[in-house]
Amino acid sequence: MLKIRNLHTYYGGIHALKSVSLNLDEGEIVTLIGANGAGKSTTLMSISGIEPPRYGEILFMGTPIHQMTPDRIFSLGIVQVPEGRRIFPYLSVTENLDMGAYLRRDLHEIRNDMDYIFTLFPRLAERRHQLGGTLSGGEQQMLAISRGLMSRPKLLLLDEPSLGLAPVLVQLIFDTIEKINRENKTTIFLVEQNANMALRIAHRGYVMESGAITLEDTAENLLASEKIKAAYLGL
Amino acid sequence: MDYFLELFLGGLTRGSIYALIALGYTMVYGIIELINFAHGEIYMIGAFTALIVASALSLMGMSGLSLLILAGLVAVIYSSAYGYTIEKIAYKPLRQAPRLSPLISAIGMSIFLQNYVLLAQTSDFLSFPALIKEFEFMEPISHIMRSSELVIILTTLVSTALLTLFIKFSRTGKAMRATAQDKTMAMLLGVNVNRVISVTFIIGSGLAAIGGVLISSHIGQINFYIGFIAGIKAFTAAVLGGIGSIPGAVLGGMILGWTESFATGYVSSDYEDVFAFGLLVFILIFRPAGILGRSTSEKV
Repeated sequence: MLKIRNLHTYYGGIHALKSVSLNLDEGEIVTLIGANGAGKSTTLMSISGIEPPRYGEILFMGTPIHQMTPDRIFSLGIVQVPEGRRIFPYLSVTENLDMGAYLRRDLHEIRNDMDYIFTLFPRLAERRHQLGGTLSGGEQQMLAISRGLMSRPKLLLLDEPSLGLAPVLVQLIFDTIEKINRENKTTIFLVEQNANMALRIAHRGYVMESGAITLEDTAENLLASEKIKAAYLGL
Repeated sequence: MDYFLELFLGGLTRGSIYALIALGYTMVYGIIELINFAHGEIYMIGAFTALIVASALSLMGMSGLSLLILAGLVAVIYSSAYGYTIEKIAYKPLRQAPRLSPLISAIGMSIFLQNYVLLAQTSDFLSFPALIKEFEFMEPISHIMRSSELVIILTTLVSTALLTLFIKFSRTGKAMRATAQDKTMAMLLGVNVNRVISVTFIIGSGLAAIGGVLISSHIGQINFYIGFIAGIKAFTAAVLGGIGSIPGAVLGGMILGWTESFATGYVSSDYEDVFAFGLLVFILIFRPAGILGRSTSEKV
């Protein structure tokens, strides 16, 4: 579904991605783990067209997208839920969700999808008229994921959904990610520092160190690997 | 009492014009955090366009309200095209540059447009036809309010209401608010940010042109320099009300209009600007973000 080959991205004069190659198949949950500053977020921003790569190519269902503008890439069905959630603070919960459906014109279906979101996260339904900025961190993460879902993505890019959340909320968010993947067949590319949680729901994983992929394996094998345990799982 | 009412309504008229121009300043600032110093010139170009169109059409025998509407419409379209083009030429190439660069570019654009009109037209004041005739039903209160004042106030009211509804409920309006709050996130949701910025400039320029046409018809003369003065005043109004805020721009415009009007009426017209800018300093001491401005919070 998504093929990245020899990607080089420069971020403010820094060579942030050094020949990154990865592969996502349809229906998979693939995780990218690594330390802070390894280039995980830059990888997602390159895919979304915010930080276009200098060399290399990105193919989405066979179409090269590495020279497209972010809105074109979005319209193909690649949606990012970025790090820090980036909720529009002065838009209401419903308006934030509307923005997720910005390119859609099927008003009736949009309503249905919003109802589905509200069954997925009843907390958001309670707060639907509140401004995004007044929500708690966990609610903002729910809203960020929901806003991404409102576009009916084919590929969902999630950047650190567990960041700054209480363990019980982390569990809820990861359960929901699994559910989205199972029920909607949405392919998910999950960037995480919380390697333990990420590898538990993922099918496969990549490990990134200072801008390069150093390891690639099934999630099971990565969870069992001594090297990963020592470096990322804190065991 | 009549004198007070006259000053009050005069202030409301001035304030309406300031508000129409201030809306452009505040919308552009809200979206790209740029003080568009060439915005006053758009207002001036709107007035000149209306003068040229109205002169041509009145030669062809047109008059009255249809003349006002037609000349106004052409002015709005023409000014919007200017606003759109200015953004593309002077600001868009500098989107990634340090903050100061587009600001300098805006000042340059303002000076350029003033001198362009100066050369293409004249440095003298040109008389502007009264496109708004006195209405008969206004006869009983004609000593405190002219018909053109009524038209200015009502037009501002309607324009502001339409703008507010557009921004609150339309798809593009929501995209404008989203873009103002987080440009990158808006891009990540498929918003074509360049288009949103263009729309902002077009709407702001159109409103300024409406103000330019109406006030020129009310006052009866224009020259190439009117945009500079009105621009500075409207900018003050926008800052007073809280730059980036749409109700703030209207409120700021009204407060400034009334201050000037009462200062002129009860003190002396020499002190008009002293009171206007004195008020600005006074309000900024107590509310640095303006009356309705949001104190800027750190983006996460």
